[in-house]
Amino acid sequence: MRRVLALLLLLAGPAFAVQPDERLADPVLEGRARALSRELRCVVCQNESIDESSATLARDLRLLLRERLAGGDSDAAAVAFLVARYGDFVLLRPPLRADTWLLWFGPFAVLVLGAAVTVLALRRRAAATVPPPLSAEEQARLDRLLRGDGA
Amino acid sequence: MFIELGHFALALALFLALIQSVVPLAGAARRLAGWMAVGRSAALGQFALVAVAFAALTHAYVTSDFSVANVAANSHSAKPMLYKISGVWGNHEGSMLLWVLILALCGAAVALFGSNLPRELRARVLAVQGMVGAGFLLFILATSNPFLRLVPAPADGQGLNPLLQDPGLAFHPPFLYLGYVGSSVAFAFAVAALIEGRVDAAWARWVRPWALLSWCGLTVGIALGSWWAYYTLGWGGWWFWDPVENASLLPWLSGTALIHSAIVVERRDTLKSWTILLAILTFSLALVGTFLVRSGVLSSVHAFAVDPSRGSFILGLLLLAIGGALALYAVRAPALQGGGLFAPISREGALVLNNLLMATATVTVLLGTLYPLFMDAVGGAKISVGPPFFNQTFVPLMVPALVAMAVGPLLAWKRGDLAAALQRLWVAFAAAAVVVLVGLYLAGFKPVLAVLGLGLAAWVAAGVLSEWAERVRLFRLPLGESWRRARGLPRASYGMSLAHFGVAVMVAGVAASAFEQERIENLRPGEHIAIAGYELRLREVRTVPGPNFIADEAVMEVRRGGVVLDEMLPQRRMFTVQQQTTALTAIRSGLAADLYLALGEGDAATGWTVRAYHKPLVSWIWLGALVMALGGVVSLTDRRWRLGVAARRPAAVPAAAE
Amino acid sequence: MRRLVYLLPLLLFAALAGYFAFALISGRDPRELPSALLDKPAPAFDLPGLGGERLSAATLRGEVFVLNFFASWCAPCRVEHPLLLRLARQEGVRLVGIAYKDRPEDSRRFLAELGDPYRAIGIDRDGRVAIDFGLYGVPETYVIDRQGHIRKRFVGPLSPGQVERELLPLLRGLARL
Repeated sequence: MRRVLALLLLLAGPAFAVQPDERLADPVLEGRARALSRELRCVVCQNESIDESSATLARDLRLLLRERLAGGDSDAAAVAFLVARYGDFVLLRPPLRADTWLLWFGPFAVLVLGAAVTVLALRRRAAATVPPPLSAEEQARLDRLLRGDGA
Repeated sequence: MFIELGHFALALALFLALIQSVVPLAGAARRLAGWMAVGRSAALGQFALVAVAFAALTHAYVTSDFSVANVAANSHSAKPMLYKISGVWGNHEGSMLLWVLILALCGAAVALFGSNLPRELRARVLAVQGMVGAGFLLFILATSNPFLRLVPAPADGQGLNPLLQDPGLAFHPPFLYLGYVGSSVAFAFAVAALIEGRVDAAWARWVRPWALLSWCGLTVGIALGSWWAYYTLGWGGWWFWDPVENASLLPWLSGTALIHSAIVVERRDTLKSWTILLAILTFSLALVGTFLVRSGVLSSVHAFAVDPSRGSFILGLLLLAIGGALALYAVRAPALQGGGLFAPISREGALVLNNLLMATATVTVLLGTLYPLFMDAVGGAKISVGPPFFNQTFVPLMVPALVAMAVGPLLAWKRGDLAAALQRLWVAFAAAAVVVLVGLYLAGFKPVLAVLGLGLAAWVAAGVLSEWAERVRLFRLPLGESWRRARGLPRASYGMSLAHFGVAVMVAGVAASAFEQERIENLRPGEHIAIAGYELRLREVRTVPGPNFIADEAVMEVRRGGVVLDEMLPQRRMFTVQQQTTALTAIRSGLAADLYLALGEGDAATGWTVRAYHKPLVSWIWLGALVMALGGVVSLTDRRWRLGVAARRPAAVPAAAE
Repeated sequence: MRRLVYLLPLLLFAALAGYFAFALISGRDPRELPSALLDKPAPAFDLPGLGGERLSAATLRGEVFVLNFFASWCAPCRVEHPLLLRLARQEGVRLVGIAYKDRPEDSRRFLAELGDPYRAIGIDRDGRVAIDFGLYGVPETYVIDRQGHIRKRFVGPLSPGQVERELLPLLRGLARL
């Protein structure tokens, strides 16, 4: 088993993520652990959560997370434990802070702004294509034509 | 010798591309027919030369010529022939060569089939294509030359990464590059139109096939990549919002907006400046994606070998191409006056809504992808933006788009009757309601969003059918009459129906992923896993040798209700040369669900870790994408493109002066 | 006013390109993770020692020291080891080692073969202390001041350049405090 573990440490290829021996007996706790694991980044991988990753550090963090939850930590406390050590980088859902407002509110702002610009552009175009009013002479000519008197 | 020939051909191609960039443009400005015709010859010549270069590199790979540095780094004599060939584009230099090959091919196509384009427009389009080609050819020759020799030639190559030897992966780049390059043609049309100062329905008719081709290529390319990840990575994930995945999604999103927007330009002669901007944006996003993947500023599983000098060059290309186009846009676009007015509730209005949502989605994905980079660059904290962010922001944007997808086609141009349209959709609404209720009953109240997603898919699918039924007046006219109408419908409308239906299928597959089940167990021979009514029994694990690996193969018996249905053989392969282990998943695909098995480590004494998944409707994701692409292809074959543009009658009332 | 709207895409693009250029030039490694514990108290630890007596953070308090996480199975650790020896023997740096996920006999063999630059060595079998430090690979090297705060982290094998330009000046600065 140790030999296999050593091999795991060296290889980069996709092997496995959550192992049977990691799982907690309590399904509720295990469910929380799985859900939280999906929100935590594997810091040695390229864009994987610790739930998916086969890296040893990911496994260590999975086990650590389960220990904290089994020890009575709330979801937030367990995550905060890891954030204290690895920083916000470990969160796959970026925290809502002053410097991430643009990220979190950007999409909505763009939608609203885009809608506003669209509506304004359409309104302006509708107004612009109103034909210019006729001069008095043109109006008189129009009236004669309509009456059938000839131009 | 061939390699030097290829190298020379590429240099000549650059020379031709430069000529193609300048002479036709000048010719169009001065209305010199001879100069404009140079564009055509240059484009054809460029294609021939790049084809020679590509053939030379392919020859080197096929014959395993390790005196070529690129072949030595990325190939191996023991590689199967299919992967030797696909290895040509499985590395940075070769993939750029494939890029310019497809680019030259598209330029040649415009040259050959563009005889019904106005001469000046065609000349300008070819000139812009030439510029783009010249930029990339220069990039290859200066920083990413695949034709460099390695002296002394090694006995064998180093390129035997087992992860890259895969059919799905082999064909994913060509389709993606077709998508990116296709968007460059639309870009060329946009810039040419800005130079000319005119955008009309004829222009839109010409742009749409290229935008469609690009969109189809991207759809298939992205789907292939996602499918590859699914069957390779061992836990059945298929989308990770990885920066490189996003790099291909971004032009797809804006490309979707483009093909819809171009419809409005063609039919109603309006939304011009917006469509031009979208055409520029789509290619820009393709370029930005290229920059992100190859410059090393972002970390990703996919990133090619990284080199900052390459990054600088691509950034330079970006500045010239996009900066130039957007500057031109800023100057010329205000003069593009639109024609038709339309009420907010109308076909145009629905398409504008689609544009708005797709554009917002594009910005969202771009923001999420680039934000960590921005923060890092300004010295802020290092953060991650992962799937939770994208799921929370992207999905809500798609919901109104999907709702509108059923309604839009039923609205008339200029002024639509929403009440009437909604009335026609009562079947769709009923279908959606039934699906939601049945889903909630079967699945319980969790996860509700997934059930609603399924309902949304039903809404779109039934809406497509309702729209078609409306067009042929099904059940309101004699069936023979409806059939006659159906046969007479333009291909483009079938294309639309197919594509929208494909979206519905895909959305259903995506939503159903919430219902997947997973079992991970340590099994000894004779033990089994029970999942979703199946019994998966491990019969034995045997050793299987392969051409360049040794594998442990688990023989898993699939039973249901006591009846043996199948045998699945997941493997764990150890590649001797690379010292790498990969898992070969065993997948039993069905329309209703996939059974997915992966084998972990273990031995006879302690048992083997086996991971089993039951994934309902997962194959619908790729089937849906295929149907979408099929819809695009059907649209492309519409006679109207091939017949060319009918000569326009002079407009009865000129657009009002500003 | 209308014209300004058309200028917007170009302006936005210019900002984007500027950021890209900055990112390229700055040469930051996107994979490198700055320590979350910079200028914060180093985590407390109490580990069995390789030499027999235990290694605890408390006993190290009061002096500046350099904590180096290593392992016998770690190839880059071999590469940086001569540099560590030079730091310990010629520069008088107080070097403390922690063997990360290593069997004691393997660590001893490693040090017997390459030399032992450490004043003291702790054994972190399960890697928990390393996680407390926010370690994500070996080797990693931490500079800890008299008050027990982490002042700097070096990720990966130390290079002579890093030692000359960053480590030694920092240690001299801290020694004076």
